Amino acid sequence: MKLLSTKATCNSHGQDSSYFLGWEEYEKNPYDNVHNPKGIIQMGLAENQLSFDLLESWLAKNPDASGFKRDGKSIFRELALFQDYHGMPAFKQALVDFMAEIRGNKVTFDPNHIVLTAGSTSANETLMFCLAEKGEAFLLPTPYYPGFDRDLKWRTGVEIVPIHCTSSNNFQVTEQALQQAYQEAQKRNLKVKGVMVTNPSNPLGTTMSRSELNLLVDFIKENKDMHLISDEIYSGTVFSSPNFISVMEILKDRNDFNNSKDADNIFERVHVVYSLSKDLGLPGFRVGAIYSENDTVVAAATKMSSFGLISSQTQYLLSAMLGDKKFTKNYLAENLKRLKKRQNKLVSGLQKAGISCLESNAGLFCWVDMRHLLHSNTFEAEMELWKKIVYQVGLNISPGSSCHCTEPGWFRVCFANMSEETLKLAMKRLKAFVVESTGNVNGVTTKSTKRNLLTKWVFRLSSRDQRDQQEER
Amino acid sequence: MTQTQKKPTNPKKTQSEPPSSSSSSSRTGMKLIVPLQAVVQGRNGFLLGSLIPLSLFYFLQLYLKRRRSENNNNTPSSPTTLLLPRSSSRSNLSSRGSISRVRVSKLANVVAKRDDSLYYVGIERVEKDPYHVKFNPNGIIQLGLSDNKLSLDLIEKWLVKNLEGSMMGNEDINLSINGIAPYQSFHGLNELKIALADFMHQVMGGSVEFDPSNMVLTSGATPAIEILSFCLADHGNAFLVPTPYYPGFDRDVRWRPGIDLIPVHCRSTDNFNLNITALEQAFSQARKRGVKVRGILISNPSNPVGNILTPDMLFSLLDFAEDKNIHIIADEVFAGSTYGSEEFVSIAEVLDSEYIDKSRVHIVYGLSKDLSIAGFRVGVIHSHNKTVLDAAKKMSRFSAISAPTQRLVTSMLSDKRFIQEYIETNRNRIRRVHDEFVDCLTKLGIKCAKSSAGMFCWADMSGLIRPYSEKGELELWEKFMSVAKINITPGSACHCIEPGWFRICFTTISFEEIPVVIDRIRKVVESCKSSD
Repeated sequence: MKLLSTKATCNSHGQDSSYFLGWEEYEKNPYDNVHNPKGIIQMGLAENQLSFDLLESWLAKNPDASGFKRDGKSIFRELALFQDYHGMPAFKQALVDFMAEIRGNKVTFDPNHIVLTAGSTSANETLMFCLAEKGEAFLLPTPYYPGFDRDLKWRTGVEIVPIHCTSSNNFQVTEQALQQAYQEAQKRNLKVKGVMVTNPSNPLGTTMSRSELNLLVDFIKENKDMHLISDEIYSGTVFSSPNFISVMEILKDRNDFNNSKDADNIFERVHVVYSLSKDLGLPGFRVGAIYSENDTVVAAATKMSSFGLISSQTQYLLSAMLGDKKFTKNYLAENLKRLKKRQNKLVSGLQKAGISCLESNAGLFCWVDMRHLLHSNTFEAEMELWKKIVYQVGLNISPGSSCHCTEPGWFRVCFANMSEETLKLAMKRLKAFVVESTGNVNGVTTKSTKRNLLTKWVFRLSSRDQRDQQEER
Repeated sequence: MTQTQKKPTNPKKTQSEPPSSSSSSSRTGMKLIVPLQAVVQGRNGFLLGSLIPLSLFYFLQLYLKRRRSENNNNTPSSPTTLLLPRSSSRSNLSSRGSISRVRVSKLANVVAKRDDSLYYVGIERVEKDPYHVKFNPNGIIQLGLSDNKLSLDLIEKWLVKNLEGSMMGNEDINLSINGIAPYQSFHGLNELKIALADFMHQVMGGSVEFDPSNMVLTSGATPAIEILSFCLADHGNAFLVPTPYYPGFDRDVRWRPGIDLIPVHCRSTDNFNLNITALEQAFSQARKRGVKVRGILISNPSNPVGNILTPDMLFSLLDFAEDKNIHIIADEVFAGSTYGSEEFVSIAEVLDSEYIDKSRVHIVYGLSKDLSIAGFRVGVIHSHNKTVLDAAKKMSRFSAISAPTQRLVTSMLSDKRFIQEYIETNRNRIRRVHDEFVDCLTKLGIKCAKSSAGMFCWADMSGLIRPYSEKGELELWEKFMSVAKINITPGSACHCIEPGWFRICFTTISFEEIPVVIDRIRKVVESCKSSD
């Protein structure tokens, strides 16, 4: 048997984590209100399906954009052969305008510093290739998006060292946690190339505060070899206060970084990642971008984007859509309204089941506190609870351990990828489960032995399935 | 491209200061001062007399050295006067002035540099002054990119006919956004895989079936090659690659996967056909050097030569791979552009008919050439190797095809009548332009390698270069670029071992524009002949 690469045969793609296993369970038994009403409801996928109708109506009113026409004339030939990795200028301009609009026009972006990629997945990986050598590390606050283990580490060989955040201060990044992470990296003999944050945070659903951002900027100011990456793909989902503050705004506001005085080259060490998958709800379109003021990074990333170019058809379509400023203004406002409403429904539904969550103002999910439902404060107990929720209750949610959370009992629950009825049903199921397993909704546990035996038997079955699955890989 | 650290001042650069003259003058100065001082001041004076001028001399040299290195950093690149070494793994030339002091990765520094391969330089020069029949008739005609412009009108017609109202859910053509915007399996919608498997079957002669479940879709053939490289070999391993080869392979395989490409030189005496003996030699030489060869990378039909591997050759190749226990990556993107009398045989067909370990052969395909839609980014990896497929599926997340494009292409490919008509017409047009073009070149005294496919001809201009070396070839390239104003790809960019060969793409011009191009070539040919 010929050998394959270690990358092909190892599992640092992280796809064996429970985050992805839950998806697979869902795929086997997906809920459908007509054909499979007892199936698993997908609440582990951070997708925005609330505002499709707005996109569809725009498309219906603007057939030229999807018909390869400009002002009624066919531009198909232009598009068919357009594979310039510098990207379509009209699209880049429309994209930076959109990004500025989301930030209340407090910061603007130069289209010459944008690199287009096939989704933020590709953008994040490309930045790693550009900023770090194999075996070097980036610090990431926990909990973080499980996909980073694959996107940042797999093919690049870069390591992630966690910055441990806790519920004691709503999982905010502290100076102490940052320094501890840095020490940890030193202990492991890993050279730290920088910090990467997701702002607004996935899975927390919160925006980073000014002091957190300043803390991070101070950190890389001191460590002149380090970079700061801000993944801002959820910036257009901030539905309530506090307002979203981009790291670019922080840089602009600080007076130790006027361009002439930027002896620390800070502007060349801060990079922003964006995508249309969350804000516009178009993950299938594969549209991502890197914004950087570092010319070497832009030059290198631009050439590397050959490995993930955005289809010219899509670039043209979106340049027309995002160029319609009336549409974008209306879309952004309406989308936020709908997200806020839907998040409220999830939060109140959870409350009715005696479950609280982290107060959030952004994102497509809530960070839910189910610590009181664990029979012990361990990750094993969290896994048991998760399995119950997936197999028994029929909800695919993401356990905190898959997001590298240090405290067991937290779960990410998405709310924007289903209809209102489905959400209601999910909450009903959850409430029933909580009542059953705890006797009542006040968190006081009174289990009957018969129920105990039954649930234990269910666990044994489900854990056997889990083991079988993992062996299949 | 090896990732060596950039070397300090390159002594080969032609723009160096003349410090030697000033240092020799200071040396003569020294010869005067020392004895003078000795005479003037006696014994101590002799010491001082030597120390002071010595230290002055030292500081002068230091100052001049620093000036020299600064100047070298600031000189603009002039690739045509550089003598590029004829080895295929070119070491990095010094970086031309790194702007920032910020540390980025070694890879970023390598990739960000201006690429000095004439393949890319030529493309850039055309972009600055592109030919347009009406608006810029004196611009540079692009004959260095194998884009297919000959049959775009057919596709345009299809779109006009079928796109009306399709975004709102025409039954036949489903382009509605609902259902395509959410996450799909990144390795391609099933409908598209089925449609592509069908298309490949048709375009490759109808004698081999492709199973959609053995396919992973990527945003073009470029990421397909990169992904396969990541899957089949580790950093520091190598692939054997017959020369001349497509310049893009150097990026796809070396940059991020970090795999080396070992050239296996093919000769004009063989019509640049693959030679198993040469493969054997290259393999054993690599092994002696301690390099692990993990596979062979071929393009069939070949880019840039345009020849096709015979079934016999394919069998020999498979035997060789079997014997050495290595993989074969077969890039078959030009399969549909055959114009000669020879029929194209996919390596998949040979796999079918013989008991060979299928899991070592991986095919790359795409729609950029055969269907002319390079901008839409549609590529395919086809493999029987389950581990490779699994890994490639996960990696396709980084290079997924945009959903609306998947929908559109599925619809297009499903229109069997249109596709049949397109394949035939496209092939005829390519043949027509090829035949005419090669005929005209022959009349100018330029012979082309025998080819049966592709969108280019591999032209022998060795008779026109003086001297018969890479330097001569580069000078001829520059003549074509600045005098004739056409961009053609020199053999050195394709790692050809024999100087004087050029790849000329003919599908970027219309049949009517051939005389314009031939005229320009004639100018250069005549100027070369007259300067003899």
